[in-house]
Amino acid sequence: MNTPNDPMAEIRATFFVECEELLESLQDGLQSLENGETDDETINVVFRAVHSIKGGAGAFGLEDLVEFAHKFESVLDAVRSHELAPDSAVLAVLFQANDMLNDLVFAARNGDDIDKARSARILETLATYIDSEDASDDDVPDFTPMTLTLDFDENSDEDPADPKALPPLAELADTADGMALPESGTSGHDKTQDGSPLNGFVIRFEPQDSLFASGNEPLYLLRLLSEMGEMSTFCDASALPSLKGLRQEKAYLAWEIILETDEDESTLREIFDFVEDVCTLTIKPLEHSDILAMETRQSAKRKSIGKKPSAGEDTQQSSPKAEPPANETDNIPAPEGQPVPAQNNPAVVPADNKPAPNRPKASKTKPTVRVDLGRIDRLVNLVGELVINQAMISQSIQEAGLQANPEIDNGLNEFMQLTREIQDSVMMIRAQPVKSLFQRMARIVRETSADVGKTVQLRTEGETTEVDKTVIEHLADPLTHMIRNAVDHGLETPQDRRAAGKPEEGIITLAAEHRSGRVIIELSDDGAGIDRPRVLQKAIEKGLAPENAELSDTEIDNLLFLPGFSTASEVSNLSGRGVGMDVVRSAIQSLGGRISIHSVPGKGTTFTISLPLTLAVLDGMVVEVAQQTIVVPLSTISETLMLTPDVIRSLGTGASVVQIRERFVPLLDLGAEMGFRAPLESYVGMVVLLISLEDESQMAIIVDMIRDQRQVVIKGLEDTFGRVPGVAAATILGDGKIALILDPVDVVENSGTGDTDIPTNLSLAG
Amino acid sequence: MTDSTENLQTNEIELLTFRVGDQEYAVDIMSVREIRGWTSATPLPHAPSFVRGVINLRGTVLTIVDLSERLGMGTIAVRERNVIIVVQTAGQNIGLLVDAVSDILSLPLSALQPPPEVPSAGSNSFVSALTIVKDRMVRVLDLNSALPCEPLEAT
Repeated sequence: MNTPNDPMAEIRATFFVECEELLESLQDGLQSLENGETDDETINVVFRAVHSIKGGAGAFGLEDLVEFAHKFESVLDAVRSHELAPDSAVLAVLFQANDMLNDLVFAARNGDDIDKARSARILETLATYIDSEDASDDDVPDFTPMTLTLDFDENSDEDPADPKALPPLAELADTADGMALPESGTSGHDKTQDGSPLNGFVIRFEPQDSLFASGNEPLYLLRLLSEMGEMSTFCDASALPSLKGLRQEKAYLAWEIILETDEDESTLREIFDFVEDVCTLTIKPLEHSDILAMETRQSAKRKSIGKKPSAGEDTQQSSPKAEPPANETDNIPAPEGQPVPAQNNPAVVPADNKPAPNRPKASKTKPTVRVDLGRIDRLVNLVGELVINQAMISQSIQEAGLQANPEIDNGLNEFMQLTREIQDSVMMIRAQPVKSLFQRMARIVRETSADVGKTVQLRTEGETTEVDKTVIEHLADPLTHMIRNAVDHGLETPQDRRAAGKPEEGIITLAAEHRSGRVIIELSDDGAGIDRPRVLQKAIEKGLAPENAELSDTEIDNLLFLPGFSTASEVSNLSGRGVGMDVVRSAIQSLGGRISIHSVPGKGTTFTISLPLTLAVLDGMVVEVAQQTIVVPLSTISETLMLTPDVIRSLGTGASVVQIRERFVPLLDLGAEMGFRAPLESYVGMVVLLISLEDESQMAIIVDMIRDQRQVVIKGLEDTFGRVPGVAAATILGDGKIALILDPVDVVENSGTGDTDIPTNLSLAG
Repeated sequence: MTDSTENLQTNEIELLTFRVGDQEYAVDIMSVREIRGWTSATPLPHAPSFVRGVINLRGTVLTIVDLSERLGMGTIAVRERNVIIVVQTAGQNIGLLVDAVSDILSLPLSALQPPPEVPSAGSNSFVSALTIVKDRMVRVLDLNSALPCEPLEAT
């Protein structure tokens, strides 16, 4: 099915993209339900998501997916009809089903195998909810909130939500009148209860413009119907304008169909499965009166055919008034013009007013465009070139000695601002809310907590915070691991929690926010905090820390990041998989981020990840070391100062520290560290950059001078050269030369001070 | 200069010859992307001695290898007339710093002879063939062994 030449492949790809969006809204909806927002709109969103996935899956013959989605949908239908209260037990099942649906969709996309046993188990659970609901299925429309958006809606005992996917009311008014609206929704209801002596249905099928636009053909649908039994049709051409006003892409025709068949309604609906969203479909059981009405109309039509040309115009002019009764005739064989409300159950009419405010809400989603990521990347690259170009121009203007000219200065400033703005806008295109990431984490929490028998609630904050897409993609793995850790190790068992006077349900909070040009992601649990004595003992056992080491709390916490460290005394099948926090840390670091840890005994642990907004540009300080130009990321520099003789203190052999406000910070000669020069005799008069490390310790890096502060475009070195120690990347400066971008943390770690078994940051902090 | 596609048919090879120190070397012209004048390179810390650094090649980062140093003849003292030959090997662009470009030769493949086994000649392994042009010996460089395609950082 997915051979490269397959024209379906592209459509299929689109389907899966849509699936992702639908799954997201499904997850969202379920989350809202869990938070107690059980309004009809929310339930409808959930229902619609599953339904649409089912519809699409059917088109691609994804049987497993269709089957599962169908059952899932049925249960949601029961929830929607208020037969099944979405309490926590039901929600747990729904969440499970949601996860399974996710898996099925991705399995279908990648052609993977699926866990049939798990699917069957969940289906079974789902089935227990459906059975209780079947009997009362017919009542569903009474509670259906969205019937108001339909025109003559005896619509959809099964799918009352679908019309919400219809175009806005204005468009509906094109195809039919709005007068019947308030009474809609239930007019067929009474009859369904009667039980008809005839086997068959009356169908009113009104295509909308979008039905044709999406390439459907009513003829085929009608043919399919005709295969199901004895069929007679009446084409309602009353909406047909004069030839002059006729627009070929519009839908003017509607059909009334009487179908005598032994098939049940759902089989019948299957035919319309793919056009449900783009037509108005009314199906009700057949009665004798319907047949009569049809016959009268058919003969009337035959008579009028002879004088069709003028009749077309007449109908057009008179249609606003004439139409409503005509449309109702399928219910009402009796004299035309009989007031419609008489048919309705008055009791349900007030309910129809309620959903009205929902309509604007549904249409509020902003229009979006799907763009190939490659194109955006190209744009990002071009903007990068623009930034370099701008730097080049300003440099050459400076070198030409034209600084005194205010016009050039202003122009240049404006150019700079524009460049920056373009840059920001382009970055924004790449940016995505972290919501999708958090949603994946919600699932991890559910699964992990179920595995270890803890009840855990995941709270998320700042879901709308936007981060570069690449960053989000690379963050998933480390974050998954951290979440597992938090559930498995961070939170206590329910018993321990009770003993500690905490509620049994543990809380894990995942928060994201923008803070001073970086993205901060915080993962905190309200568990017992880090058991520092045990961590230290473990570290000593493993030879990661010297025996009888006196370590501060922060230092002990940071032991967790060492390779080969795992605190769980028993390696559970969840976290202690050999992937330690060191892997998490290096993953974060490779994104140009930092991770730090903060723990309060008895209160919990917080991991803070700080990430750059983008991987394409950074604000840097341009410095000079031994005639080489180097860019230091601005975010790592907390302070700069000039070295005077009285602040330098030597410390044993060759090492020196600098005194900064009652603190001693180790000094590191960048030039020597990078191999550009031998260590100097004296550093007096040079500039130091105070670098903050993850563990909040500091390091003073000596450079010759500070040249500039500017935005630089990151050019990867790894493609051409592999990783260079202490260097994060390269950039191109205004003069066209390449400057290296320093990775201060890496420099510090590679520096001679960190060569012993003692972890670098410990020895640094000392 | 003959068309390069013709070479394939006539079993000819076109070589770009250049000077490193007082020796004459050559590479298959098909692997040459461009020839540039010398611009000072940004040195990379902790890099092998034969890596002179990186330069900006129209927006991308190009690693420069000092061929003289690589062949064991000491670093080139760069002057204005040194040139960088940008070659592509193993899908990667690398700049070769050489003393000067000499000529373009068109030779039949049969004119190339395998290098003789010379004990303890350090740079020998980088030479894939030898040929004689006007009484001078031209060494055809084996780019793949001269420029390891794995990351160069390991010293």
